[in-house]
Amino acid sequence: MRALFVRDLRLALRAGGGFGLGLAFFLIVVVLVPFSVGPEPALLARIAPGVLWLGALLSCLLSLDRLLAVDFEDGALDLLATSPLPLEGIVVVKAAAHWVTTGLPLVLVAPVLGVLLNLPAPGFGVLVLSLGIGTPALSTIGAFGAALTVGIKRGGLLLSLLVLPLYVPTLIFGAEAARRAVLGLDVSTPLMLLGGITAGVLAFMPFAAGVVLRVNLR
Amino acid sequence: MELTVTDLAVGRGGVPVLAGVSFAVAPGAALVLRGPNGAGKTTLLRTVAGLQEPMAGTVHGAEDRVAYAAHADGIKGALSVAENLAFWASVFGQSDIEAALRAFDLEALRNRRAAALSAGQKRRLGLARMRVTGRAIWVLDEPTVSLDAASVALFAEAVRAHLAAGGMALIATHIDLGLDAQVLDVAPFRAPAQAMAAADEVFL
Amino acid sequence: MSLWEYANPVKFLRLSERVMPWLWVGAALCLVVGLVWGFFFTPDDFRQGSTVKIIYLHVPAALMAINAWFMMLVASLIWIIRRHHVSALAARAAAPVGVVMTLIALFTGAIWGQPMWGTWWAWDPRLTSFLILFLFYLGYVALWEAIEDPDTAADLTSILCLVGTVFAVLSRYAVNFWNQGLHQGASLSLDKEENVADVFYQPLLVCIGGFVLLFFALVLYRTGTEIRVRRTRALMAREASGAPLRTEGV
Repeated sequence: MRALFVRDLRLALRAGGGFGLGLAFFLIVVVLVPFSVGPEPALLARIAPGVLWLGALLSCLLSLDRLLAVDFEDGALDLLATSPLPLEGIVVVKAAAHWVTTGLPLVLVAPVLGVLLNLPAPGFGVLVLSLGIGTPALSTIGAFGAALTVGIKRGGLLLSLLVLPLYVPTLIFGAEAARRAVLGLDVSTPLMLLGGITAGVLAFMPFAAGVVLRVNLR
Repeated sequence: MELTVTDLAVGRGGVPVLAGVSFAVAPGAALVLRGPNGAGKTTLLRTVAGLQEPMAGTVHGAEDRVAYAAHADGIKGALSVAENLAFWASVFGQSDIEAALRAFDLEALRNRRAAALSAGQKRRLGLARMRVTGRAIWVLDEPTVSLDAASVALFAEAVRAHLAAGGMALIATHIDLGLDAQVLDVAPFRAPAQAMAAADEVFL
Repeated sequence: MSLWEYANPVKFLRLSERVMPWLWVGAALCLVVGLVWGFFFTPDDFRQGSTVKIIYLHVPAALMAINAWFMMLVASLIWIIRRHHVSALAARAAAPVGVVMTLIALFTGAIWGQPMWGTWWAWDPRLTSFLILFLFYLGYVALWEAIEDPDTAADLTSILCLVGTVFAVLSRYAVNFWNQGLHQGASLSLDKEENVADVFYQPLLVCIGGFVLLFFALVLYRTGTEIRVRRTRALMAREASGAPLRTEGV
């Protein structure tokens, strides 16, 4: 399992795009927002938590269609399926590698982009915390979507259509926590609910993904 | 423990292609599958490897003992030859890749990025992977595609060494590897027309 | 004799063909009676005026939109557990009907909301939940369309339906948490106190009955079509392979 994790990280690093592309996309989305709604600081401050969450979510989505498809096309997935690793474990490792190469960098740069959007000071900590709790769920749900569409040619668009509705609860609780922090309200409820969803997703989604992957490999 | 296949029926997309296939491969023995394109050799091998369910019959003694190599090698171009092998070795809980590099004459290429290999060299790397798995049953689908004569000899030698060590091999191939192996022609096992159409029988 | 006998596609087709005319007639009858009664023979609401009458389309459509998904969930479970083809095909057949029901509920809701709330659309929890349900339907239908092998498609969509159900319920509560709404309470409940007045209630029940019958008629009809498509495939495969055709037909 660790070998697969290390390999995926190494591939993401060497292929260049791995770390950089998602981050660049996140940056561009955030930069485009003031162009579309106007530069007024009060308005930007109000929408900043939501925009940052939405940007992070879309950046996560960007690399999902290659998550399993590459290994499927070059035959590595067939070989992994005959190896001692369970398919569920493979999905977990792939999702974890995706989180480390995509989700974690997003969490780390989010405060910097928060400055661009005039995010009020009390929002920073909770924004990072909520992204930190929520993005693992995004990667795992995404891995399920990738497993569903792995056999479909040009499944990228379909993947987005399937995965985005599944992102709704995570987005609502994550963005709500950050929004409440900005307003100086109590954030423990949305954060706990967000954590609950992530925990549930981490516990059950790999099994669903393993089942659909097995169906797609046969 | 020998590999026993009893009255096996295999299918593609719910349509049976082979039926009634039975054979046994004892430790130290190899079985070569022959048959025209589309006869179902790949489907049979995938079923033995456990990638798909048999439609009928049983495969005995294959679980967690198969190393499978298909047309696609699963080689990552961004990793070096040694890294590719070391990855598969550790996935299968092994660590030694030197013997495999030697057996397939890849030592000089060990630090070359796999993307820079020729088709034949990639194929050799794909086959070297079999050696690092430590698995007893090699299931090989057209292993000699894009190999030159010298590489084919290397490969045959590696298979012989594997068999001599008590391993088994199940190979679908058209060329003569010079192995002392049983040959199974799958053509007679083509699923009868009735069975082929019976896939959707319930709708008739 | 067990109910599962009708899991055989041929038997299912024969039965559904006998039942369907009654369903169509019943649906037409209920809808005509219910809608005419509701539209022309009920008084205007003292607060909402005649706009209230859209309830006779809105409530039944919304009910069926949710029930259609529920039916797909049950059918998916039956496919996963017992692998009856009819079940998977019925789930496939129900999805577009559910999509249309969701759309009707959303559009009639907008038409009702405009005079009542002064807006076509509000991000009210109920409205939002329906919009999310609509997205789930779209994904489900798209996945069915994208996969060629019917059994693989049935397997994958069944799992998607199960996972989707969990997330749809989660979304419902998340949305509730996110915004308290404008929408009035449920129009119907088993607990009589909260119900709309009897004058509106009786034609509404007739309309709901009509929508239920219409739903079953549409699903049976579409399932029959799906079965015939598979049957044609099977016959063509048999002809291509040169095997003798069994003549017993439907």
